[in-house]
Amino acid sequence: MSRLFPHPMLSATLFLAWLLLAGSTAINSLLMAALLATLIPLATQAYWPSRPKIRHPLRLISYIALVLYDVIIANIQVARIILFMPADQIKSAWITVPVDLPCPEAIALLAGTITLTPGTLTAEFSADNKALLIHALHAPDPDATRAEIKSRYESRLQRIFR
Amino acid sequence: MNLTIELLISALLIIGGSFGLIGSFGLLKLREPMQRLHAPTKATTVGVGASLIAAALTLLWQTGAASWQGVMVAVFLFLTAPLSGLMLAKAHRHLSRPDLPPTGTKAPWAGETPPKP
Repeated sequence: MSRLFPHPMLSATLFLAWLLLAGSTAINSLLMAALLATLIPLATQAYWPSRPKIRHPLRLISYIALVLYDVIIANIQVARIILFMPADQIKSAWITVPVDLPCPEAIALLAGTITLTPGTLTAEFSADNKALLIHALHAPDPDATRAEIKSRYESRLQRIFR
Repeated sequence: MNLTIELLISALLIIGGSFGLIGSFGLLKLREPMQRLHAPTKATTVGVGASLIAAALTLLWQTGAASWQGVMVAVFLFLTAPLSGLMLAKAHRHLSRPDLPPTGTKAPWAGETPPKP
């Protein structure tokens, strides 16, 4: 079974995604969804050998809700910077954020979160996956930005992933 | 159509449109390439998000059917926006070689040759 479905979560997600895209639960949509949910994980298996261990799926949902809320708040902040701050007063900065997360999936999630929350952007990883290079649009205090990312997002991800 | 729903949908469309406009204006105003990268990655999130919610609400109100395709568009956007942002930042880093802070670990930034011992 695990040979046919190397990533059960991915298979389930693909199945659901296809049904939602097709917008119907007719037999042909179900068959196509099953086919894709079987073939895509098999075809991409070589590039994705490990399986992420999600310890608390419910916490993942509350994490997504937190990020969505932050996206809206931070969008307003960035809009304010763009509209009202003179261009020569914007203090952009490169910030190194050390990460301590167990699996690549968690690091990818953190990197995506940083990019989606406006004002910060993941630009690069260190070669050993232990640090992220982020670019902040306006960060007068880079240490505070780093501390916020670590306490607000990374600590939650540490609790979700093992 | 009910007036409150119409007002809600219009408000969402205006919010979405304004954020798209602000994002484009940022592209024009900001000076450095890395700063400019911030403006459009943000417009996609709230700008497109608000427009999609408006579209889904309109469909729900007119036909009574939930539009899951709109939700999927938002999901795919949230998945792909960080990736394209990362790729653009990487391209910028390799082309114009800005001064980067140290990694703080033993390894260099990905794609860099490690310093000779």
